[in-house]
Amino acid sequence: MKDEWLFAPGHGMCAGCVVPALVKHILAIAGKNTFVVNSTGCLEVATTEYPRTSWKVPWVHVAFENSAAVASGIEAAMKKFGEEGNIICFAGDGGTADIGMQALSGMVERGHDVLYVMYDNEAYMNTGIQRSGATPYGAWTTTSEVGKANPIGNLRPKKPVADIIAAHKAAYVATVNLAFFQDFKKKVEKAMKVKGPRFLHAIVTCPTGWRADPSKGIEIMRLATETGIFPLWENENGGKKRITYRPKKFKPVKEYFKLQSRFRHLSDDIIEKIQEDVDRWWKEHSE
Amino acid sequence: MLRGNESVAYAFKLARIDVFPMFPITPSTLVPERISKFIADGELDAEFIPLESEHSAISAAIGASLKGARVGTATASQGLALMHEILFIASGMRLPIVMGIGNRALSAPINIWCDHQDTMAERDAGWLQFYAESNQEGLDLILMAFKISEDKRVLLPSMVGLDAFVLTHTMEPVDVPEQEEIDEFIGKKKPEYLTLDANNPATFGAFGSPSHYMEFKYAQYLAMKNASVVIDEVFSEFTSKFGRKYSKINEEMMDDADIVFITLGSCTGTAREFIKMKRKEGKKIGLLKITVFRPFPKEEIRKALKGKKVVAVIDRNISFGFGGAVYGEVAAAMNGMDESPKIVDFIVGLGGRDITFNTFEEVLSIAEKAMNEEVDEINWIDVDKEAVEKEEII
Repeated sequence: MKDEWLFAPGHGMCAGCVVPALVKHILAIAGKNTFVVNSTGCLEVATTEYPRTSWKVPWVHVAFENSAAVASGIEAAMKKFGEEGNIICFAGDGGTADIGMQALSGMVERGHDVLYVMYDNEAYMNTGIQRSGATPYGAWTTTSEVGKANPIGNLRPKKPVADIIAAHKAAYVATVNLAFFQDFKKKVEKAMKVKGPRFLHAIVTCPTGWRADPSKGIEIMRLATETGIFPLWENENGGKKRITYRPKKFKPVKEYFKLQSRFRHLSDDIIEKIQEDVDRWWKEHSE
Repeated sequence: MLRGNESVAYAFKLARIDVFPMFPITPSTLVPERISKFIADGELDAEFIPLESEHSAISAAIGASLKGARVGTATASQGLALMHEILFIASGMRLPIVMGIGNRALSAPINIWCDHQDTMAERDAGWLQFYAESNQEGLDLILMAFKISEDKRVLLPSMVGLDAFVLTHTMEPVDVPEQEEIDEFIGKKKPEYLTLDANNPATFGAFGSPSHYMEFKYAQYLAMKNASVVIDEVFSEFTSKFGRKYSKINEEMMDDADIVFITLGSCTGTAREFIKMKRKEGKKIGLLKITVFRPFPKEEIRKALKGKKVVAVIDRNISFGFGGAVYGEVAAAMNGMDESPKIVDFIVGLGGRDITFNTFEEVLSIAEKAMNEEVDEINWIDVDKEAVEKEEII
């Protein structure tokens, strides 16, 4: 298997960053006939410093906000030439939930045959941990600072990007977590089979930005789902959300928070409020 | 008879573009409308992408061009300004995209009429720039732009400007070449650059550190220099095939001229008639039309203006804090030349204000005055200066 990886090591991603693992496993499933469009961000900057590259598949970076539009153009050209192949966009949460939202919405609405993967580390990590629309309530970032006047940090709830894309009636939408590998693999395989616009929302630990132990990336991600904070679900053509993993016994959100210093300022009251929000979500999505 | 926008659309059809990404904007919207109809009627086999913004339209153009497609698109004004970020990436990635522009003023205030502010603001974006005087030139220049841009010595994108409404919406007789003639002239696109290819995977748009970035920029600088040579070759091949003559600058009535008017675009016709009229009165005026603004034809302009007394630059744009953009470039082209003419700038026709004989009367009277005495460097014509000066604290 190892010789077949289409994403080479030796790049400059941080120790403990989960994004390279996410990318290489997706590419392993997608195969060689894959065209990658990468938005500006950690992944692009740290893997392609000229004249070196980690990418063994055709790869292009144009800008921060427009990968979905670039992919639309590639797909149109392939259609014209009668070519088959996978087109995959990789973009961070800033490049997707914020600055790239319009291009993504357009791409999905027009029905392009593209898989868009948002690797979500919940802030602008490449520029140094600034809040994005995908930063969760209560998280410290360098632009949602914590202090006497604001003991909470980020005051807004996380933007539900996957729901927004599902509301476009995208062919396939799923949330994925590498810590739940079988669920992840099944969903990526499905995403590769379905035709039309597809969207995967992947949670990824950023040890640097989450102020976490770099050896605990997968453990933290597992807790994100075991606590119910990051539910795993899928949806086709805007239909009903199907929960693909329901923890038998939910762990308290506090367990997820305590491994990350970005949440260490939170009072028990605030943690309790977040716990209630999580509980409410699961109640609304009970079988 | 074709409107300017139809000239652009017919040129794209004749060039057999593969992909047409678009976003509608006045005054260029008729281009995508016509392309849509060509495709619907089965006359053009191309993929039409109706994007959600101009920013995405040019981004899709990059994606398609990188996949090896021949790509055309059209925009104007705010649309071109919205593309700004990506224009530099198209040229930096050396993609031969061709874009028709309906030259239109920039907001604020919002205005849909003609001036050259939109393309002048993008003159440093690394695109070749052509300005059409007529709808015929619009069609011919788009066709030639593909051949020039796709030349492996160039590999840079091109924009062709047609003045808003004056050309984009006005019917003019246009000779549309036969498809076979254009197939022979431009040929099928064989990308002379690396493309996105699963059998030969490559990384495009990589991260360029300070140790490599400048070499990429120098390569673009050389490509622009090459473009200057290739433009001459393609213009002369076009003339021999189709009879219509093109050159980077067009000189008329210049031999004995003391005063030279420099124009771009559709107001050239008005200037030509005005000069002919004045010549009957014995005034020695010449006309220099700039068709190619990027690469800027420095040498040609130096040669043409040598020994002239006064050059009146007709600028349909304003670089605030300086003057007209064309003026700046013409003045720079004269750098170090013995007996450089006096160069005077005229800001005219912004936001679609008509450029008439009266405009040129005023230009001429200032230019004549400049023969013997000092005049203002920058002269705004046809503008109610008192009304503005009353309001602004000076």
